[in-house]
Amino acid sequence: MRYLPKSDSERNEMLAACGLKSLDDLYSYLPPKVLIKKPLNIPVGISEYEIVDYFKKQANLMANGYASFLGAGVYNHYRPVLCDVVVSRGEFLTSYTPYQAEISQGTLTTIFEFQTMVCQLTGMEVANASMYDGSTAVPEAAMMAIRITGREHVIVAKSVHPEYRQVLHTYTLNQGIPVTECGYDSETGQLDLAGLEANLTDQTAAVIVQSPNFFGCLENVRALADLVHSKGALLVVVFTEAASLGVVQPPADADIVVGELQSFAISPSYGGPFAGIIATKEKFIRQIPGRLVGQTVDANGNRAFCLTLATREQHIRREKATSNICTNQALIALMGTVFMSVYGKAGLRELAEQNLAKAHYLAGGLPARFKAPFFNEFVVRVGDPEALNKKLLKKKVIGGLALGRFYPELADCMLLCATEMSKRESMDVVRQAVQA
Amino acid sequence: MIKKVRRHIVQDEPLLFEISSPGKKAYQLPELDVPAVDAVEALGAANVRSEIEGFPEVSEVENIRHYTRLSTWNFAIDLGLYPLGSCTMKYNPRINELVARTEGLAWGHPYQPEELSQGAFQILATLEKYLCECTGMDAITLQPAAGAHGEMTGLLLVRKYLESLGNPRKKVLVPDSAHGTNPATAAMVGYEVVSVKSNDHGMIDLAALEAATDEDVAALMVTNPNTIGVFERDIMKAAAILHAKGAQMYMDGANMNALVGICRPGDFGIDVMHMNLHKTFSTPHGGGGPGAGPVAIKKHLEPFLPVPRLKRIGRKYSHDYDRPQSIGKVRAFYGNFGVLVRALAYILAHGGPGLRNATIDALLNAQFIRKGLEPYFDLPVTEPTMHEVVFSHDRQEAKGVKTGDMAKRLIDYGFHAYTTSFPLIVHGAMMIEPTETEPKRELELFIDAMISIAKEVDEDPQLVIKAPHLTRTPRVDETLAARRPIVRWKP
Repeated sequence: MRYLPKSDSERNEMLAACGLKSLDDLYSYLPPKVLIKKPLNIPVGISEYEIVDYFKKQANLMANGYASFLGAGVYNHYRPVLCDVVVSRGEFLTSYTPYQAEISQGTLTTIFEFQTMVCQLTGMEVANASMYDGSTAVPEAAMMAIRITGREHVIVAKSVHPEYRQVLHTYTLNQGIPVTECGYDSETGQLDLAGLEANLTDQTAAVIVQSPNFFGCLENVRALADLVHSKGALLVVVFTEAASLGVVQPPADADIVVGELQSFAISPSYGGPFAGIIATKEKFIRQIPGRLVGQTVDANGNRAFCLTLATREQHIRREKATSNICTNQALIALMGTVFMSVYGKAGLRELAEQNLAKAHYLAGGLPARFKAPFFNEFVVRVGDPEALNKKLLKKKVIGGLALGRFYPELADCMLLCATEMSKRESMDVVRQAVQA
Repeated sequence: MIKKVRRHIVQDEPLLFEISSPGKKAYQLPELDVPAVDAVEALGAANVRSEIEGFPEVSEVENIRHYTRLSTWNFAIDLGLYPLGSCTMKYNPRINELVARTEGLAWGHPYQPEELSQGAFQILATLEKYLCECTGMDAITLQPAAGAHGEMTGLLLVRKYLESLGNPRKKVLVPDSAHGTNPATAAMVGYEVVSVKSNDHGMIDLAALEAATDEDVAALMVTNPNTIGVFERDIMKAAAILHAKGAQMYMDGANMNALVGICRPGDFGIDVMHMNLHKTFSTPHGGGGPGAGPVAIKKHLEPFLPVPRLKRIGRKYSHDYDRPQSIGKVRAFYGNFGVLVRALAYILAHGGPGLRNATIDALLNAQFIRKGLEPYFDLPVTEPTMHEVVFSHDRQEAKGVKTGDMAKRLIDYGFHAYTTSFPLIVHGAMMIEPTETEPKRELELFIDAMISIAKEVDEDPQLVIKAPHLTRTPRVDETLAARRPIVRWKP
């Protein structure tokens, strides 16, 4: 087999060196009861060519050749070639978590740059090396807020991604953390401030909002922060569309920012792997979950980096750790890092402005459901979203997300998204179909 | 004598921010085909940010040199043996990378219509089937993003199942040899962690287990083979003890690379287990992720699996969210699909017989290392070795040299360090896992290196204590980093 680098004669030499007669001797001491009774029912191995062919066949059953206006947490953005070039280097691809700092400075340096750029982007002071994705970063932020405030419950806006909220509920249910959901203003699409105020108590650890929210609407983070802080709670701001941060005011008034970096060169890949971020104020650094890279010096006094503050983590603290997270999304975070350095300061702005322009073109003349300003996603009232999407599919266009699935009250609406990759002629197809 | 490496030029490189200069670019966007929009007008002045302060501005050439230079400061499997015990650092076949980038798969949106997702469904269904076959379990969820995430999912399943019987119970038993994620996970799922002492052979102590198991125990989290690389010979008896009290057997499948094709957890009493596809099934570690931590279960836990489940009607698949007893979702969407594609490509390449051969080679390699090093290092547990072997620094400690020092010295010989100081039950542990993808020559060089280090400890311990000497970066001051944390660049 091509992945097994030994000849039979080498195996025999090794067996002899071990004082064994046959390969079976390597496990024949196991209790007979546990040994497998018949060979695995998996066909014999196939060649590279056949493997490529198999996956091409499956890929052909997917949406090749369709224009898509789906967003809702996963966005179609162009992936600069350099991103794959860098992550394909074996030294990054096939290395382990950089515990041995002396031979991991490559990974450690890129993570340090990642942490820095995440801070610059979000307006926070510290960021960790990455989380699994945006959705799992949300409960980690909630637990962090509870550790910091010593309070009991969290409030989450209904306009936070529905699947993120589901994950939050799964995580918190058994830790005795009550989660209350707070509605949105039916006119603006933004968080219902009065409703939030009514729910806030002196036992609220955190208020979790998303901006741009699931409907694409920008929230008024500053006003929210004032309200939340006046009750001594922490504000957690979530983002799913990292590209928005090229033009939208960063949530610098938040205490914790969590989000999804998928937009930064990470292919949609049917939902993962992505990379989550968690960033916060310096004073909360010891409560941040997951891995952190810090700057230090080597024995020659030169700048060097290493994993740091490990006493927060499971391999040291075990059941008292800030989280059980171990493996994160290092390589995916590296893709995002390369994306950020390729676009850079001017590029991220221009990219964001293109998204803004495309989405506002797409929205032109369509019946907007909400009034709040939006970045590259928005809700339109279309009557029967499923029927509209069927019609669009025939024109090789995947329309927006029908919202009834998550918001029964918005069953006549869909969430449309345009990015720099959306072409004017496809957008015209959607506009005409909605207006028809 | 150092045989595998020699000195060569290493490029130095500043941080991105330090090579940045205003106006430099590595990107070009297409001309807008729609009217430009004024951000202040569209969003309101208060919602528009000023420039991203400090963000890099670097050219394309400088970008590629930057990352290429940094990459040369890393060790990697592609450069040689990575003997990290418990981490299963095996070769990552490149075909896996290629197929994961196939257009329809890489650009698949999780909300695209189900009729345009059938390829993804086929891949997921096939992988589910093969992983169930490898583990002897009845069903599996592919949603968890990593091993620890799988552990959490598995314990949530246990909790929900026990709840359905009327009582979620209070405690989870964790052997003292367990990975740190086990107790951390149990705590996150709302269980009190009770540590169970191993016996003198580093195995489950049945008497201690029996004493610890009562009606308040929800599960035992066992790693098999355990973290010493030894098969828990009494695993079925342990399962009987737990099951007699109505508790569940959770298996941490981190060491599944020792078992595939030889024995199956489902056949030795396990109710629920996770696998690390980035270990056993060859998906790259990527410097710390992404991984995937599927959770396989016995039938009685199936109603509780995360949503959605795959549902097959005729020749078509769809997502099934109508699962009233489900624990919910542990992650948005359906898991690390791209990692799952890679794992399936690996299984297809090996096939059933090949997977078994891989396991046997992994055992052979570990055995070969044990034989080669046994005369030079203390072996506290002498039970038969499976996929990894754990020595102790006891002999070398007399000279003031510890496991971590020898691990650093190993770097000078052209290898990655082995795992140090874990498992906690071995004093000064030196945990070595070669995996099946190491050639005989590489193993021999490794054994030579370790023997040479043992001699250095006798003759010149300071040489070892101050290692590494040949790396670009000599020993890094980790204490300083923790004392004054600097976790971002500032001008």
